[in-house]
Amino acid sequence: MKKQAYWMMAALLLTSFFIQGCGEDNPQSTGASSRSYDITVVNLSSNQPLSPIAAIMHGPGYQGMTLGSPASLGLEQLAESGDHSAFILEAKASGAVSDTVSGTNVITPGAQTTLTLTGDEQLFTLVSMLVNTNDAIAAVNVIHLDQMAKNETMTLFVRAYDAGTEGNSETAGEVPGPAGNGEGFNSARNDRNVVSLHPGVISQDDGLPASALDQSHRFDQPVAKILIKRVS
Amino acid sequence: MKKTLFFVFAALLLAAPVKAQNITVEVSNLTHGIYFTPLLVAAHPEGTHLFQSGIPASVNLQAMAEGGEISGLISDLMAVSADIADNPAGGLLGPGLSASATFPKGGKNDFLSITAMLLPTNDGFVGLDALEIPKPKGVYTFYLNAYDAGTEANNEIINGGGAPGVLGIPADPGGNNGTGGTGITLTEKNKTVHIHRGVLGDTDLNGGPSDLTSTAHRWLNPVAKLVITVN
Repeated sequence: MKKQAYWMMAALLLTSFFIQGCGEDNPQSTGASSRSYDITVVNLSSNQPLSPIAAIMHGPGYQGMTLGSPASLGLEQLAESGDHSAFILEAKASGAVSDTVSGTNVITPGAQTTLTLTGDEQLFTLVSMLVNTNDAIAAVNVIHLDQMAKNETMTLFVRAYDAGTEGNSETAGEVPGPAGNGEGFNSARNDRNVVSLHPGVISQDDGLPASALDQSHRFDQPVAKILIKRVS
Repeated sequence: MKKTLFFVFAALLLAAPVKAQNITVEVSNLTHGIYFTPLLVAAHPEGTHLFQSGIPASVNLQAMAEGGEISGLISDLMAVSADIADNPAGGLLGPGLSASATFPKGGKNDFLSITAMLLPTNDGFVGLDALEIPKPKGVYTFYLNAYDAGTEANNEIINGGGAPGVLGIPADPGGNNGTGGTGITLTEKNKTVHIHRGVLGDTDLNGGPSDLTSTAHRWLNPVAKLVITVN
């Protein structure tokens, strides 16, 4: 008897789930039906190449970064070296991810790249390193796409965050991008060890003599733009 | 009785402007020491852009960004039958000041764009690129960023240079600048329209690398507030 009631409940839940999911063009519908989005990332910085992007389509069971909390090991590696492989593996391991894209191209200042995400989860996270820094990332975190109608477009401006895992020395030895050609990932955590908005770089031209960066590497928010188009 | 009628009339008259189907746009300069050259505010059809970040500036955008010259952009807007507010501030818009413009509601001009050069910069401008004007009545607030047109190296030397392709900054209307700077840079890394990295400046009024003053001329985004009132 109890079992029967349980199954009836389950059937009811499933029914309501599918009814919701069938509303492909209903902007209120969430999950259940697969959608595709074209994602274009434009680098709006002066002189900060963006590392190959990590783009993740996921459900509420995954969060790639949390402001005010320590970065995961995968996020630390991405933020310090631009290598997104561990970050993507962490996402997949969460079991809440329906698609990931591991970008292969560096996006130089003024350049852009487009990728496609397809899946039945409708939350979106994207991370890329500003490579002429110690551990700055351009990121959008848990963006809700479920309200987008087919062919609708959305523009996001992307802020730079500090992963908080490496002190912002700006020295050539610790900046992996072309301004320094220094070390990427180092497991030591010698900064505040929480993710925050990035305070910007100082540079040798603005009073930090040991910095490998010059005035051209300075940046203000936002550092990138993302154009999202729901294509199906 | 007559008095009552008069008041009814007065009330009707007062109510009339509220019923008007229009849109007012107010732009406020949020910076500490940066002046906006004559503003260009326009309502235009979808698909029109005065600029697009990540794409090289047009020659008319360059003229605006390097010297505050908006006649070229106005010609571009007239070609698409845009509704144009040309210089609603009546000149420079100083720090803390606001300017307003009114646009008709409805029709095809339902996207809003704004530009003004930032003084003193080489080719910095405050910009809004084709924002879809909200349709329901209400008051909507947006914040605007400072862009770099990507057409001129940010040498930070004030030499009167405002013509397109002429290196240098036209003037500092606030008079906080120095002179005799050696110049910050001769190169521009990102030649598309992008977010301005900010100015460097220095504290030497009689030399140093920059004619700008770091304590007076720096900013952080956003640099302007936009309030759209849909009546």
